[in-house]
Amino acid sequence: MSDITQGRIKLVNRIVEGVGTASLSERRAAFNNSGVAEALCALVDKVAMHPNSVTEEDIDAAKTSGFSEDQVFEIVVCAAIGQATRQYEAAFAALQAATRKE
Amino acid sequence: MRLAILDTGHSLGTKTFFALIRIVSRQPVLDVVKLVKYRADFYGKPMSAVTQEAMRGDSSWSVADRELMAAFVASTNQCEFCIKAHSAVAQRAYGSGKAVSALLAGSDTTAINEPLRATLVMLRKLTREHTVSADDMRAVVAAGASRQQIQDALAVAFSFNVIGRLADAFGFYVPGSEAFEAGAKYLLARGYR
Repeated sequence: MSDITQGRIKLVNRIVEGVGTASLSERRAAFNNSGVAEALCALVDKVAMHPNSVTEEDIDAAKTSGFSEDQVFEIVVCAAIGQATRQYEAAFAALQAATRKE
Repeated sequence: MRLAILDTGHSLGTKTFFALIRIVSRQPVLDVVKLVKYRADFYGKPMSAVTQEAMRGDSSWSVADRELMAAFVASTNQCEFCIKAHSAVAQRAYGSGKAVSALLAGSDTTAINEPLRATLVMLRKLTREHTVSADDMRAVVAAGASRQQIQDALAVAFSFNVIGRLADAFGFYVPGSEAFEAGAKYLLARGYR
């Protein structure tokens, strides 16, 4: 049966713990959608909660405030994977609760 | 594409690979390919491994069923690029476009079985509300889906809740249907590696 457990751990470790151009704390904050620098706050929250409302201006605002394109790339990737991870873990916990043997 | 690096920041070898794709397929390189090939060690390689396992790993869901789930998650997220990309793959994999189009339009779900229908309902709630309850999961089990099938479906949802977010945030260009047809052929023949 398919199992993404190990692959997902490797992916998350790579983006939030590995080498990058954005700092570790910036990437972790984007992943958690919490404690994000003000200049990135709107962008990260939109990626996590309303991705189809992200605009050119949101990306430009991050760049204007001093983040490079590589840093914005990493921050957006972390925000997307962070939200998908929270969804996956919530659903997995619900599945465990539903199928737990009494 | 809203970041120039994702359009033109690739290595010479990757640019040559893109030129080859354009010549062979006679279609533009899809932005999703440009994304996974940019600094692939950061996102593309580890994410492709996850997506390959979710979409092509062993599962009692068919490839067509999993592509339908991907299109359904995309539809819930209103991600135009991913809807078009994965409904093209699902239609080709099922050998019929009718059921996929009807399902995504919300007009007819009679063509799919109960376990799949209940799984899609759960995935829609998860994608919309970011969580589901144990009762939601019990409903899927009661409809006949096994625990493993639900886990496999959650893996598909994980992948496409990532990819859809990136498609929208980076502003993927949405090409014509021929480009998605070419992409669908490739994904069915070669997978997500």
